[in-house]
Amino acid sequence: MERVPIVKIGQTLFVSIQVELQDESVLRLQEDVADELAATGAHGVIIDITAVEIVDSFIGRMLTMIGSISRLFDAETVIVGMRPAVAITLTELGLSLKGVRTALNADKGLEILNGRS
Amino acid sequence: MDELPIRSGDDVVRVRQHVRVMAAENGLSLVDQTKLVTAASELARNTLVHGGGGVARVEVVKSPDGRAGVKLQFSDDGPGIADTDLALRDGWSSGTGLGLGLSGSRRLVDEFELNSKPGAGTSVVVVKWSR
Repeated sequence: MERVPIVKIGQTLFVSIQVELQDESVLRLQEDVADELAATGAHGVIIDITAVEIVDSFIGRMLTMIGSISRLFDAETVIVGMRPAVAITLTELGLSLKGVRTALNADKGLEILNGRS
Repeated sequence: MDELPIRSGDDVVRVRQHVRVMAAENGLSLVDQTKLVTAASELARNTLVHGGGGVARVEVVKSPDGRAGVKLQFSDDGPGIADTDLALRDGWSSGTGLGLGLSGSRRLVDEFELNSKPGAGTSVVVVKWSR
């Protein structure tokens, strides 16, 4: 299982998914984000999925759950960089990623987090 | 026809990668590749989690009008599904998921066939055609 690294810059945790996601890696990421939020008190999480070729219902649900978990730590999660083909497929699959913000890229994601008072 | 075992999370990843290559080589558009690989991921996970493991078969097929397609079969010898109509409804779930695996993957492909009986395992065959 490959682990997804988490980098803290300022008050934000950056997660860039560069590995082929298997279920255990996603579950591990969920735990790692919760641990990092608890340890650092960061107020935002940006998850960059530019390199992710597919998001199926399991991965989608885990991303939504990371959003819910981070809210419990007073942090907001923004998913950025979704590929057009992934967006079309997710919609047809019936998955809306409810409860988690999305933005075009990491810059826009940061704007969302910084605009939050 | 290629046969790939599904016995671990790594195997699910290997099935996805193999389907991606076959879909690209046979002229499926990027969106159609993504849909087929996503469906393969859902179905391979079902085989692993609900079927207790099984096998994926990947095959290139030709339609009567000459279009290429990729056909996938997922089969297991698991407990099977008692009510397959119910299992294909959105939101039906046997466990922890969202209940979108079967119904959602059916929407992502052009042909979809589910065969299952309690105690006799499950087989799902899907086809995605190039346009």
